Amino acid sequence: MAPILEIDDLSVAYRSAGGDVHAVEHVNLTLNAGEVVGLCGESGSGKSTLAYGATRLLRPPALITGGSVRYRGRRITQGGDPADVLTMSNRELARIRWREVAIVFQSAMNALNPVLRVQDQILDAITAHLKMPKHEAREKAATLLDLVGIPRDRLRAYPHELSGGMRQRVMIAMALAADPEVVIMDEPTTALDVVVQRDILAQIVELKETLGFAVLFITHDLSLLLELADRIAVMYAGRLLETGTASAIMREPAHPYTRGLLNSFPSLHGPRRELVGIPGTPPDLRDTLPGCPFIPRCSFTVPACSEVDMSLARPTGTGTNGEGSDRPGLITTDSHLTACPIVTPEEASKEGVLS
Amino acid sequence: MTEPIGNAPAVGGLAPGAAAGGLVPSEPAVTGQSAAPAVNASAEQVGEAAVVESVAASRGPLAMEAVGLNKVFKLGRGAVLQAVRDVSFNLYQGAVIALVGESGSGKSTVAKILAGQERPTSGQVIVDGKPIDVSNSRSFRRYKSQVQYVFQDPFSSLNPVHTVGYDLTRPVRLHQSGVKDVPAAVTALLEQVRLTPAAQFVVKYPHELSGGQRQRVSFARALAAQPTVLLADEPVSMLDVSIRLEMLNLLDDLRTRLSLALLYITHDIASARYFADEVLVMYGGQIVERGPAEDVTQHPAHPYTQLLIASAPDPDNLGSSLRAGNVVVGPGGAIAGKAGNVGPAQVGCPFSNRCPIADDKCRRENPALQLLTPVRAAACWRLDVAASPVASGSN
Repeated sequence: MAPILEIDDLSVAYRSAGGDVHAVEHVNLTLNAGEVVGLCGESGSGKSTLAYGATRLLRPPALITGGSVRYRGRRITQGGDPADVLTMSNRELARIRWREVAIVFQSAMNALNPVLRVQDQILDAITAHLKMPKHEAREKAATLLDLVGIPRDRLRAYPHELSGGMRQRVMIAMALAADPEVVIMDEPTTALDVVVQRDILAQIVELKETLGFAVLFITHDLSLLLELADRIAVMYAGRLLETGTASAIMREPAHPYTRGLLNSFPSLHGPRRELVGIPGTPPDLRDTLPGCPFIPRCSFTVPACSEVDMSLARPTGTGTNGEGSDRPGLITTDSHLTACPIVTPEEASKEGVLS
Repeated sequence: MTEPIGNAPAVGGLAPGAAAGGLVPSEPAVTGQSAAPAVNASAEQVGEAAVVESVAASRGPLAMEAVGLNKVFKLGRGAVLQAVRDVSFNLYQGAVIALVGESGSGKSTVAKILAGQERPTSGQVIVDGKPIDVSNSRSFRRYKSQVQYVFQDPFSSLNPVHTVGYDLTRPVRLHQSGVKDVPAAVTALLEQVRLTPAAQFVVKYPHELSGGQRQRVSFARALAAQPTVLLADEPVSMLDVSIRLEMLNLLDDLRTRLSLALLYITHDIASARYFADEVLVMYGGQIVERGPAEDVTQHPAHPYTQLLIASAPDPDNLGSSLRAGNVVVGPGGAIAGKAGNVGPAQVGCPFSNRCPIADDKCRRENPALQLLTPVRAAACWRLDVAASPVASGSN
C-alpha cells in the first residue's frame, strides 16, 4: 500500500501566558491509501490537534513548532514529488482542502448551521470547492444523500428536523462531495447510541470500499477501533505511545497504557473479565518532564523510565513482533512499535496496570 | 443458570400492566384526535402482564416503586407522543437497576417522573408506601432530599460562575439543617467522591476541572441531600472511556457504603452488564425485556435486545463483520438493517417495523411482558423464535 499522508516528527504547541502547552510532540504517523487508521487517546491527549495540525486548520495560539507533513494524492503529485502541506501557499492549500483531504467534524449537532437547509449547506461545500453549474450541484447534493442512505426529500430539511444519526450522515455526505482521497473523522459517532453508531460505521466502511479513500479515525473508544481500524495509533499527552495492527494491539499490547485502556472497558461478549482501569489523571502538558509522560500512572515505573526518549521501536523481548514483518530488522507501517523499552509485552499482559 | 438468584423474597411484587389493561388501541400519534391525555392513550397490551421478581430484591429493602407509569406529551394540533407506556419496576436499597435504551426510548422521561420533575399522565411513584405528592411542598421537599438526580453532562450541569464550595454548601444547608459545621460537611462530601485534597477543590470553578472531576462534583452535590435513591442519567457517557470505569467504580462503592438505591440510565448495555443487578431494556417507551444483567446480556430474548447487543463494539471480534461492511446479525436472527432512521411503530409492538421476525400479529397488537423464568420477562409475540437461545442457554 502506498503512503498517502505522511506526518513526520510533527510538533504543535499552544502559546499561553503560563508557558507553551505541548499538545503534539514529535509524532510520526503514516496513512496509506485506502486504509483505516485509528487514532485513540483521552480528551486532551492531542489527537484532534494532530489531525488539524496536519491539515493546517489550527489557528493561533496554536503553532506548528516542527516537523513536516507530506501529501501524495494522485491528482496532486502526478507521480512526482509529494506536496508539503506545511509550507504550501494558501492557494495550494485551498486546492487540497475538501477535494483531497476532507474532515468530518466532531459533534454533528454543532457543525451544521441550524438556520440553513441541508441542501444549502451541501451546495455551499460543493460550490466552494468544485466548479459546477447550479443544477448539476443540486443533482450532486441529491446523489450524496443517496450515498449515505438519506431520502432525497430530506434535502429541504433543517438540521433540527433530522435525528443525530442523520445529521452525522449529512456531515459524511458533505465530506465526500469532492471525492477526497483522505477523510479525517473526528469522533464521528461519539454522541450517538450504539445501534446508530454501528449503522454509521458500517456505512463508512462500505463507502470506503466503493470510493477508495483512506480514513484517519479519531476516537477515545479503543474498543471501537479494534473492530474498525486496520492500524491503531495510541496517543497520550501529545505523544504516540504505540502503533500496530488492530490485532497486534489487541493480542499483545506492548505499552502499559494500552494495556490499561484494554482493561478499562466492559465487554459484552465472552466471559466477564476483571476491569482495572487506569488510576490518576493525564499530565499537564505545560510541564515537560523528561522521559515517559505515563510515569505517574504506570505500575511498572523504574528509574530508567525518566530517561526514555519516547521514540517508537519494536517491543523489547520480542524477536519478530507485529504482523506484516517477516524480517525483524525492517520497520514498515504495519510494524508493531512501542515507546516503552522497559516493559515487555508479556509483562504488560500478565500483570496489567494495578491500581 | 440464574434461577437461584430469583429465590429472593418478592418484595412488593410488580404488577405492571394490570392497572392499565383493557385500553383502547391508540391512533397513530399524528392523528390522535380521540387520544385523551389519560390512561386511555396507552396502546392496548394484550394478555396478562407477567409479575416479574426482581433479582435486585436480594440486595436490600424496597426503596421506591414505579407502578404503571404512563406519560403522554401533547405536541399540539391534537398530536400526542406517548413517551412512557406502562412502565413498572422497583428500586431496592443497595441495588443497581439499569435502564437501557436508545435516544428517545423514554428512559430519561422515566427518571424525570421518578425525580418529580415530570408528572406521569397515569401511574404512581411510591416511596415508603406512600405515593409522591408534588402539590404538598413540605412533603415534596422531603421527597426531593430522598431522591436525587445526577445529570448526563457535567459540562452544563454545574453553574460556571459558582465554585465547587458554593455548589455543595447550598444543598448541605438546605437538606442537612441539623449540621453546624457546614465546611466540614462539604469536605466530607468531597472526600466521599475522592476529590482530595478537598481544600484545593472547594475554591475551584467548573472550568478548572476535568470532565471526570466535574462529574464527581455532581455526585457530591447529589449526596449532599443524603438521598436514599440516586437517579443517574447517563452519568458516564460524556466522559472518556478510560475515566468511565473509575466513575462507575465510584458509584458502585457509594451505593454499597451508603446503601443507595441506584437507577443507572445508559445506552451502553456493556456497562450495565458489569455494573447492574437487573437490566430493564426500553424501546418506544415501554420495557421490552428485563432480567438479571448477566442473563439478559448473554442470552437476550427480545429481538431489540439482541440488536442492541450485536451493535455494541466487540473488541474480540477482530475479523469483524464491520470491516466487511456487513450489517449486524443478532443471535436470534435479528438483523439491524439500515433501519436506524425508523422510529418505533405506533400500532402493535413498537419494534415491529424493524424486527426481522415480525408477523401480522406483531404489527397489530402490542405484547405484554411474558415470563421466561421467574426473574426474566420479555414483551414479544414471537419469543418461541426469538428466544430459542435463551431456553437452551439458561438451562
